[in-house]
Amino acid sequence: MPLSWLVLIVLALAAAGYFVGRIRVLKLAGGDVRALHSLPVYYGANVALSAAVPALGVLLLWLLIQPSLIENTVSAMIAPEMIPEGSNLNLVMADVRRVADGLYTAVETGAMNMAQVDALQASADVRATLGELGVALGQDVRPEVLAAAKSYLVASGTGNTARMVVVLALSLTGLVLSMIRTKPDYRARNVVERAVLALLMAAASLAILTTVGIVLSMLFETINFFGLHSWKDFFFGTIWAPNFRGDSELSILPLLWGTLYISFIALLVAVPIGLFAAIYLSEYAGPKTRAFAKPLLEILAGIPTIVYGLFALLTVGPMLINLFGQTGALGVNWMSGATSVLTAGVVMGIMLIPFVSSLSDDIINAVPQAMRDGSLGLGATQSETIRQVVIPAALPGIVGAILLAASRAIGETMIVVMGAGAIAKFSLNPFESMTTITTRIVSQLTGDGDFSSPETLVAFALGLTLFVLTLGLNVLALYIVRKYREQYE
Amino acid sequence: MYDIAKMGTDVDQNTTKISARNVQVYYGDTHAIKDVNVEIGARSVTAFIGPSGCGKSTFLRCINRMNDTIDVCRVDGDILIDGEDIYDKRVDPVQLRAKVGMVFQKPNPFPKSIYDNIAYGPRIHGLAKNKADLDEIVEKSLRRGAIWNEVKDRLHAPGTGLSGGQQQRLCIARAIATEPEVLLMDEPCSALDPIATAQVEELIDELRNQFSVVIVTHSMQQAARVSQKTAFFHLGNLVEYGDTSQIFTNPQDERTESYITGRIG
Ligand SMILES: Nc1ncnc2c1ncn2[C@@H]1O[C@H](COP(=O)(O)OP(=O)(O)OP(=O)(O)O)[C@@H](O)[C@H]1O
Ligand SMILES: [Mg+2]
Repeated sequence: MPLSWLVLIVLALAAAGYFVGRIRVLKLAGGDVRALHSLPVYYGANVALSAAVPALGVLLLWLLIQPSLIENTVSAMIAPEMIPEGSNLNLVMADVRRVADGLYTAVETGAMNMAQVDALQASADVRATLGELGVALGQDVRPEVLAAAKSYLVASGTGNTARMVVVLALSLTGLVLSMIRTKPDYRARNVVERAVLALLMAAASLAILTTVGIVLSMLFETINFFGLHSWKDFFFGTIWAPNFRGDSELSILPLLWGTLYISFIALLVAVPIGLFAAIYLSEYAGPKTRAFAKPLLEILAGIPTIVYGLFALLTVGPMLINLFGQTGALGVNWMSGATSVLTAGVVMGIMLIPFVSSLSDDIINAVPQAMRDGSLGLGATQSETIRQVVIPAALPGIVGAILLAASRAIGETMIVVMGAGAIAKFSLNPFESMTTITTRIVSQLTGDGDFSSPETLVAFALGLTLFVLTLGLNVLALYIVRKYREQYE
Repeated sequence: MYDIAKMGTDVDQNTTKISARNVQVYYGDTHAIKDVNVEIGARSVTAFIGPSGCGKSTFLRCINRMNDTIDVCRVDGDILIDGEDIYDKRVDPVQLRAKVGMVFQKPNPFPKSIYDNIAYGPRIHGLAKNKADLDEIVEKSLRRGAIWNEVKDRLHAPGTGLSGGQQQRLCIARAIATEPEVLLMDEPCSALDPIATAQVEELIDELRNQFSVVIVTHSMQQAARVSQKTAFFHLGNLVEYGDTSQIFTNPQDERTESYITGRIG
């Protein structure tokens, strides 16, 4: 029975339970709602939950565990010497799964029955048969792969049947047990309350678990990478030069330099402009100007970064060449290509302006009016008040905002992919192309490199480093912002 | 009933420092001050009394144009200081506020050190020639604010770390450090213990020699002790204004009498 049917049946049982539970408890109470501990809906919900939740929970676990269990037993059938030269167990197992999948489709569509599958011998005709069914195999099926695929098929067949029996049994048990418990003095409302709590907690933990999952998966790939490539070269080397001869130099430092340099220029653009805009909006602008300018500024934040990338490549880059290029207005010949640290930095800075300004605006607005009154009351002008009282009072929050902006700049991808160039080097010249961690992650993964080579796996190490870097910045920023908030509350 | 021993001393109360004519204040549609006329003498202490919400703070804030900072607030009528209309277009409110200092109802120290809090005004107005001068101004102001002994060992600690009452005295010291001609004090003793209150009252009495002081207070005793003139506000109206001794012993208006004897408020 397919999975969707199983789920539907459980849900149908739950729905039926809901109505029967309601009716039953009302009948037990002689139709008098006031004789019940809880409203009838709670009894119905309780029955429905008992029928659905444990069954679906077990189903979910089963789905997670069964494949890896089968994988383990089947892969034990492949002896190391059966693995062809230049391949590995993972690749062989991928073949096994494909063949098993093909056979499964064959059985499902009725092209073969289990006996025929059993009788199959490894030969070209397996490939042909499966090919007719739309399952393309790259090469002829070797006997050991076919054998493994067969036991794979059998094991998952058994597993699926057991799964169905267990899930249905659980659902029915839940239904019956909760039905027996449904009596007028049963505290169904409290049970439902606990179920709601559990649901909310599950949602919260899911969010956290996903993050943990992401980090762990990156961590494992990173560990694989460090098994193939020296960590000393990665962290302390000075050259980034991937190649496919197997002697790549994969060092993060030149990329980190590019990342930090571009982010620095972006902040140089975004911080003053964003901050001044925030000061104008919160201190000088009248309510009408603010109502109109603030949303306008925040629209900038909603522009997809790829659009900024285009802007960098097609507008800002050529513009900078017109200024600093060979035939440029300044006649200095400093810049030869449109992609450069400056191009990417300036555009990224523009992207960050609304981010900085809207955060700073909130923070400046949180400075109590009494503070400004105190300063104005002493005969200070508005700008003296802002410089000497408001900004110092808001400074920790503003620093937090800048750190958040920095962490966005460091993690930004599209703008640098399009605007920064692809050359990894240490240079102070902002007119040269440079590259960043994020752009290298993109290019290492989008090539057709083999997924187990250090040249590809380095992307995970880069990603993890980036993650740690931005996480650190965010934590620091949030810590500062929170500390500042406490001052006025 | 009230301690009125200090009143009516040798002060020249005849020259008018501040005079308000037909002042109306609106917060949006709320009419908060209704047609107030008052003449406040130079070198004297004037007390504003009245029930909560009657407009004392609002009127006080008119005198140094602090109401300008409130968007919805509108002031009509004339207020003259030394014969000059402070709501005239040519008057710079910033300069006005340097001349008319204010202590706010809620203490509002800057998030700076105690020293920098006091030095803030003198620095802005260039009152000190050098560091030693500034040190002297700070010390003198803190002494007059009756807080020197408590903070002299921690001048560089943040002013926000002081207790409520200490903050209030810090704000008083901050206001007098700029040597204003008029000092507006909005309930300056609301968070002070009797000893500090007595010290502040002493300060007010001393300031009277140089400045005119306007003080808002909820304490009848305080009004009676420190002021020469008293104004009683009620629901935005200036109900009665006169010599403190007269207001407290022989009020003309029945509302004044009810208020000072504790029947309304
Ligand atoms: N910023 C403001 N916006 C709108 N209305 C205000 C504002 N400030 C004061 N008001 C109103 O003006 C009236 C007078 O307020 P004000 O603060 O002057 O009273 P007060 O006499 O100082 O009272 P208290 O003794 O409690 O300090 C009140 O009705 C108040 O609600
Ligand atoms: Mg008040």
